[in-house]
This record gives sequence, C-alpha cells and structure tokens, in this order.
Amino acid sequence: MAVNEGLAQLSDHLFGGSMAVYAAAMLGYAAEFAFNRLGRTATDAAGAVAVDDKAPEPALVGVAAQTGAAAAGTTSTAAGRAAAAGGRAGDGAAVKASAGSRSSSGSAGSGSVDGDAQSARSRLIGRLAVVLTVLGWGLHAGSMATRGLAAHRVPWGNMYEFSAMICLIAVTAFLALMIRYPVRWLGVFVVFPVLVYMGIAATVLYVPAGPLVPALNSYWLKIHVVAAILSSGIFLVSAVTTVLFLVKDRWEHRLAEVAAGRASVSAAMRNRGGIVMKLPSSSSLDTLTYRLIAFGFPIWTFAVIAGAIWAEAAWGRYWGWDPKETWSFITWVCYAAYLHARATAGWRGRKAAAVSLVAFSALFVDYYLVNLVISGLHSYAGV
Amino acid sequence: MTPPSTTSAPTAPATTGPGAGADKIVAQPDEFAVPELDTSRRSATKLGTAAGAAGAAGTDGTDGTGDENERAGGGQPGSARGQLARLIDPPRRAWRVLTSMRTALVLLFLLALAAVPGSLIPQRNINPLKVQEYRAAHPTWAPIADRLGLFSVFGAPWFSAVYLLLFISLIGCLWSRVRWHLRALVGRPPAAPARPGRLAGGSSWAVAVAPQEAVAVAGQVLRGRRFRVAVSRPGATRPDGSPDHSVAAEKGYLRETGNLIFHVALVVVLLGVGLGSWFGYQGTVLVIQGDGYSNTLISYDQFSSGQLVDTAKLRPFSLNLDEFKASYEVGGQPKDFAATVSYTEDLGAPTKRAEIRVNHPLEIGGAKVYLLGHGYAPHFVLRDKSGKVVWESYVPCSPRDEMFASSCTVKIPDTGLPPTGGALKVPQQLAFQGDFFPTGVRDPARGYISIYPGASLPTMTLTSYVGNLHLNEGIPQNIYALDIRDLKQFTTNGPTGDGEIAQVLDLKDPKNRTMTGLPGGLSLEVDGVREFASFQTKSDPYKGLVLYAAIAIIAGLVASLRVRRRRIWVRARPAVAGTGSTVEIGGLSRSDAEGFAAELAALTARVRAATEEAAPSTTASATGTSAAPAGTRTETETGTETETETETDTGRAAQPPTTDDRTTPPAPDGSLDGRQ
Repeated sequence: MAVNEGLAQLSDHLFGGSMAVYAAAMLGYAAEFAFNRLGRTATDAAGAVAVDDKAPEPALVGVAAQTGAAAAGTTSTAAGRAAAAGGRAGDGAAVKASAGSRSSSGSAGSGSVDGDAQSARSRLIGRLAVVLTVLGWGLHAGSMATRGLAAHRVPWGNMYEFSAMICLIAVTAFLALMIRYPVRWLGVFVVFPVLVYMGIAATVLYVPAGPLVPALNSYWLKIHVVAAILSSGIFLVSAVTTVLFLVKDRWEHRLAEVAAGRASVSAAMRNRGGIVMKLPSSSSLDTLTYRLIAFGFPIWTFAVIAGAIWAEAAWGRYWGWDPKETWSFITWVCYAAYLHARATAGWRGRKAAAVSLVAFSALFVDYYLVNLVISGLHSYAGV
Repeated sequence: MTPPSTTSAPTAPATTGPGAGADKIVAQPDEFAVPELDTSRRSATKLGTAAGAAGAAGTDGTDGTGDENERAGGGQPGSARGQLARLIDPPRRAWRVLTSMRTALVLLFLLALAAVPGSLIPQRNINPLKVQEYRAAHPTWAPIADRLGLFSVFGAPWFSAVYLLLFISLIGCLWSRVRWHLRALVGRPPAAPARPGRLAGGSSWAVAVAPQEAVAVAGQVLRGRRFRVAVSRPGATRPDGSPDHSVAAEKGYLRETGNLIFHVALVVVLLGVGLGSWFGYQGTVLVIQGDGYSNTLISYDQFSSGQLVDTAKLRPFSLNLDEFKASYEVGGQPKDFAATVSYTEDLGAPTKRAEIRVNHPLEIGGAKVYLLGHGYAPHFVLRDKSGKVVWESYVPCSPRDEMFASSCTVKIPDTGLPPTGGALKVPQQLAFQGDFFPTGVRDPARGYISIYPGASLPTMTLTSYVGNLHLNEGIPQNIYALDIRDLKQFTTNGPTGDGEIAQVLDLKDPKNRTMTGLPGGLSLEVDGVREFASFQTKSDPYKGLVLYAAIAIIAGLVASLRVRRRRIWVRARPAVAGTGSTVEIGGLSRSDAEGFAAELAALTARVRAATEEAAPSTTASATGTSAAPAGTRTETETGTETETETETDTGRAAQPPTTDDRTTPPAPDGSLDGRQ
C-alpha cells in the first residue's frame, strides 16, 4: 500500500506543533519553579535550623524546603510519615490525610499556606504549564497516530519513530505520576530532555514515512518493541530524577557540613540556595527513582525476553550475542545491579544513583550507538 | 511526591546495643555477637543474621558484620568450638563473602563489563568474515586480541568465569534463603513487641472486654483480611511473667516467593542454555531454485553441533526449493520473501509443500528450517568450438548491496584444454570474475550499477583468467574468492567489442550474452538466471525449558517488586482500672511505607470497631475457643521483630530471626519510610 502523503505531512506538522507546545509548557514550569515562594520561606526556616541546631539531619532541611509538603521537622517519625502521607500539593490539591496519623500537618507553616500573591500566580502558571503539557501530549500522540495511518502500520518501525515514541512515553509517565503524586516540580526537568530528544529525532534521525522491512513484519513488533519503548520512557524519567537526587544530595551534605561546623556557609547558601532548595528532599527523590526503575525493570525484562522469542522465530536462535542483544543484556544487568545496590549497605544513596546513571548510559548505547555505529542484525535499512 | 520524613541512610548514625533509649528502635545484636564489640563501626543497623547456619547468606548491610560475627563467634572463649571452628572459619568466611550482596554487585558489574568487548569487536561465531577483515586491518593488535579470546568473548574462559562465579554465588545465597523462607512459611509470624502502639502509625484505645477477647476479635479481623495470624494462647506469659495477650499477623509472603522463583529461574535458564548447546545443532546451506538438500552432514555448507549430538542420527528429512519469490516496493525496498518448498519429513514419508518466509520457519520434527537470505545464480554455459556444451552450471553470486548487485566468481577446472608448459604440465583452467546486476544500467560516474533488486534487466560484467586454479591439490579454498597468483587475465570478444578485457553481457538478449575468443576456441554464454535461497536448519531441544524459565522470571520479578511484605501486631493489657483492657496496634512494612500507612490505618479502624463493639463474655471458655491460635511454637519464644534499614525488595536479606525480647521495645528506625 502506498504511503498517504497527506497524513505523513500532517504527522510532521503535529510533531513540530507538539514541540512548540512542550517548549511553552517547559517555560511555564520553569517560571513556576523560579517564582515559587515555597523555597524562600522554608529556606529562612532552614537557615534558622541550620544555624541553631548542632547536627540536624540534613534531610530535615531538605524536607522543610520541599515543594508542597509541609513536613514536620520533628523527630517523630510517625509525624513525618503522616505529613508525608498527607502530601499537600503546592496548589492546594486535596490533602491526602492518612487516617490514624497522630500529628497534624499544620505544624509547619511553610510557603504553601502563605497566600502570597506571587505564590498564587506561580501556581497558576504551573497549572497552565500542565494544561499545555497535556495539549502537547495530545498533539504528540496525534503525530504518531497519523504517521501510523499514513504508513499503514504501527508507528514504531524505525529510529525516528522509536525516539518519538519514547519521548511520548516519558511525558505520559510524568503526567501519570502527577495524577498520583504532586510532582509538578519535575516538569521542567522532564520536558527539557524530551524536547532535546525530539529535536534530535526530527533532525538527525528523521526518515519519511514508509513501509516496514520484511524482517520487521511480524506481530512481535507490537509486543517486543512496545515493551522496549515503554520501559525506555520510564527509564528516561528515572534518569532525570537520579540527576536531581544527586544534586540535592550533595546540597544536603554540604548543609550538614555547615551545620556541623566543618565548612563555612557558601555564597549559594547565603543566597537561599536557589533551585536546589526547591527540590524535594533527596530521600524522596531516591524513592521516586526507585519506584520508576522498579516499575520499568520488569517491562524491560519482558522486552528482552520477547525479543529473544522473536529472534527464535526470525533468525533461528533465541540468543546470539548480536550487539543489540548484548547491550540490552548489559542494560538489564546494570538495572539489576541498581536494584541490588539499593539493598546493600553502603551502596544506597549516591552509589546507587551512580549505578542508575551507568545503567541509563548502557541504555543509551543500546539504542543509538548500536544502531548507528555498530552494525549487526538490528541495523535495518540504514537506520 | 510523598516524602519520607527524617533520615536518609548514609548519614544516619548507627544505633546499636541493647537498652539504647526507650523510645527508639534499637538494633538487636546478633546472638553471636558479644555486645562489647565495636559494632558502631558499621554504618548499617545490625540485625540478627540468619543464625550461624553454615552458608547463611550475607544479610543486607551485614556483609562485613557477618564476617564479624564469625570472628566473634569463633573468638568466643568456648573451648567447645576450638579447633574445628578455626578450621572451618576461613572457608566459611570465604563462602559468606562469595554469597554476599556486595560480591553479587561486583560480579554483576563485571559481567556487564565483560560483555562489552563482545559487541565492539567482531565475533567469530556471528560474522567470521568480519573477523578476517578486522585481523587484516589490525595486524599487530589482532593476534593479541585472539589470544585474549576477544574474537569469541562469550565462550572465553574469563567470561565463563564471571558468570559461573555469579551463579555459584546465587545458588549459595538461594540455598539458605529458600530454607529460611520455607521456615517462615510454616512457622509463626514473629511475635508482637511489648508496645506495638509505639510503632509508626500505631495507636491504642480502651475497650470494655477482657484482653483475651479483644485479642481474639482482633485476630479474627486480621484473618478476614487474609493475614496469617497467630493469636497467643490463653495462659501464655511474657518473659517478665505478665500474661501475654497478643496477635502476630503477617502477609505478603508472595514477595519473597516471587524473588526466589525469579532467581531460581535464572539458574534454570542457564541450565537450559547449556543443555541446548550440548544437544543442539545448526547448519546452513545455499540452495538454488530447483535444487534441494537433506538433513545430513554432507549436505550443509556450514554445520556445527553440540558435543552430545550424534551427527549420524540426524532426522533425515529432505527439502526441495521449487520456487523463490521476492517482491519489492517501487523504490527497491524489500516487501516480502517466500520460498516455496516441497519436503519429506523422513525417509519414505509423503511429500508435502510449504512456504518458508522470514519470521515463518518450517518446523520438521524437532528442527526448524529458516529462510536466511537469497540472491541470484546466473547460468553459465561453456561451449567448445563445435558448439557442444563442455560445462554448465548455475553459480551463486554473493549480493553486495541493497539492489542486489552481486559479485560472481566462476571457476572451471575441467575445460578440456590441454595442459601447457611441456614437462611442467601446467593445467589450463578457466576462471571468470565479475558482477551481476539484476537491473543493470550504466551510470556515468560509477559504472554499472543495479537500480532495482528484481531481475528485470539482468546484466553481467565479466573478466576472464586462464591458468592454474590449484583446485586439484586438496587444499580447500573459498568459492567466492579468486586467487589470481597463477592465473593470467586475457582479452575476449563479445558484445562490448573484440579484444576487450571485460565484457558486458545482457542476459536477456541472445545476441549479446556470449563471450568468444577464449583459449581453444571455447565460448561462454550466460543465458539465464535463477534465484537461490539460503536455509538454516536449527535444532535446540531445550529451548522450551528456557522459555518456561523466562516466563517464571517475569512472574517472579513482578511479584517480588509489587507485593508488600508487612506485619501487624496487636497487644492487649488489662485496663488499669475496671474490667476492660487497653488495646494497642502497630505494624511494620518492609517496603512501600506510604501504601502501608494507609493499610494500617484502615485495619486499625476495623480492629478498633470490632473490639469496641465486642460484648464482654462471662465465660472464659468462650474466649478460649475464639482464640484459635495458629502458632506452632511455644509462647516463651516471643521475640521482637527488628527491621534492617537496608532490607528491601529483590535484595538478598535473609529473614531476621526472632531474638530474645528485651525490655526495650522496638520501634522503626526512621529510615524505614524513607525507602521506596
């Protein structure tokens, strides 16, 4: 069947449109992040805490500064957990009070309660950014759908479509997370790499819509490749949160050093810390990273196994150490190492985050270097 | 994002030692560890290891402390341990290190690292031609790489060492964890701490009924929520002599079960791969349309089998390629390939027809026949000067590009020409080398090219050689390569002109497809072309085992990551005044603190409602029957449950055993909710 050129063009236009809308959303997130009063008020409190207490838990400071959650700075873990379970969103989303918690979450009067005009405006900008993200997502999904309709096949048959789908999944994961948790602060950090990625896909990797090579003409395309795309999108978001965790963790350690008197207050600390203060605590970032990877890892395992089953049908052997197979195995081992690292003393925190980044690099190599640089059975039609 | 509250693991100071604070969780030291030992060195809170069981897996965060326990245990002044202990200690320690998490991590990294060169350097079993090119391109480095095994990484001893060590570590860890889990499955859940209400999310309230009844009611509620419940028997006492009215409930064993299934399945996969390589075989053969092959060793162009395969006993099926059809898009991209074959499954079996295509192999017995590739085989006819055919054959040409421009090498050893050189008897053998273009056009810049993979304008360019092909000397040579050492190129006459070194033949035009002027008056005509297909026969009797193990891997993985292991405890004490009692409830989860908080809250509400509504009964026997204890152990074994801060999902932590209850109550250390 011939390619429907009109739909193919529409697909390209929709892609460009979604990129523009994502860019606007990203600006909105950044604006909300920057103008959010939360960090500032909490920083004052944190400054007081840091100066007065001898050796406060650095995470306390981070917690106090975290966007949206008015965590109690008390030692009672029950209270902390209650506040955690409460999780008040910065824009006043419904407080999920955990029944049975003994402390009220009103103990910390942080910025979100503070009905500052600037904070309200920043929240409005944030909500607008979410709307724009959803709109961009719609355009993006439409772009993939029209591309599939144009070529009369599922829209993930070459590197361009692949990358575009991974970006779509990453944004979907972000939106899905936002439904369950107040993670709007993650917006700018997710949308930015997605935009860059989409830009690279549209320029370097772009091929016009066309049919599949016969080797890909199998129902396994919908199983193996879908699982790979899903897990890669999720791993992309986890890489973002890992980087944020490392940044925040370093900050918290430096604050601890200052509080313990081992280091002097830096200019950044004096200047209220800026962006870093507005990120949630490093442990919650760590938890989020873990949850994302724990969600994506079984899907990646399934993708590798489905690939092996397809390889058996197509090439006669379920595993032949083809470079793509080898690198997907390496990626799997690295993410397994991350899960093991998180269960090993001395390896939690920064080292596990490092493992997560190593694993993501392996994933990156698996997708791009293997397809474009190394040649093997997976290099289809040039790209 | 719901945040954890306070500590993050790396900076939390260790709290160890008994009696360290009434309101905080203390790490219960291992039975073997002498309390005076400097456990504060360890950053992780220590919990009781899986006792001194030989080969016990290193518990989470205690890889080194396990070591220490060994030392502590061995250093005990017990003369009973003495000599034997000192002998067993080093290998025991080594085993513990081998089966520890840290070693597993290191080995995992090593495995990933070891696989990298296998993807960057060409591998012999994947693409031997590329290996040869690589060796030619890197004359100094290639022999070193060969000695290091870099051209066959995945069979190299050092690669095998890594994954074998990893699997030994895995099996050793599994050994004790399986036993531990089975014990947990049949035994009681760990008994309630003295003050479960002090645990995070815990609460207490007063009820009107006696403690036994309250506890029985609570047990029923929990049982209704599918917990494994152990209610304390009436008359049980706590170590300090006070009566023990408590309920211990646990749920979520599937997590560990899934974890164990996952890891066992990994071992099974390895087993299946190994068995498959021993009992499997594969062979490839190139078949020209009209031709066929049988599943015998001699038919294959390339064949390899495992050590335990008897190549004389391969199933003798045979296959004939009736037709090969390739269809292409207008632009030349391949659309579909289909090989129509007629085959017999065994000697004397009826002939069947089938179509083999990419992604659709033909299954014959336990083996599968795959369509690997295809190409063109032009028909060469060598005639003598009287027009009699001296030699004719379809010679397959190997494709070079997407439009199937192919390189051809034709070697004709028996030309009928007399040998030259007098006494030397140098044979006059003919060889032709050139290119075949299915749809050939002349491009002014690049010469002849093929613009479409289908054979609509078959064109051939050929040059000719005469001389000694060395084919009769017993040394094998590549049929696609021509060694021109002892050959002399000569000019021929044909469509391009007379006395030309190369001729361009149009296969569809009878007047323009013959080369003349060969020695001895011979002439060569290329009068047709057939397609060939390359097939691969593959047999792997154990791939089913690997498939089922792979499915178990996924199932186990999902269970181990999604199911939460949690424990709920209820304790009732007689009220200070009056006939009622105070009921406390609390719980611990090893993962997903936020979800557990909600569950605990819901359960608390239910238990509270049930106990508050319970009417005090007048007979003691009624409470006795409703208690229905499920425990098998005696009540004096009450212990406390402590959590290690590093215990998580697919980790290898052994279940902490119950240790003797101290007067200090356990409470979660703050990092619990900081994790996942």
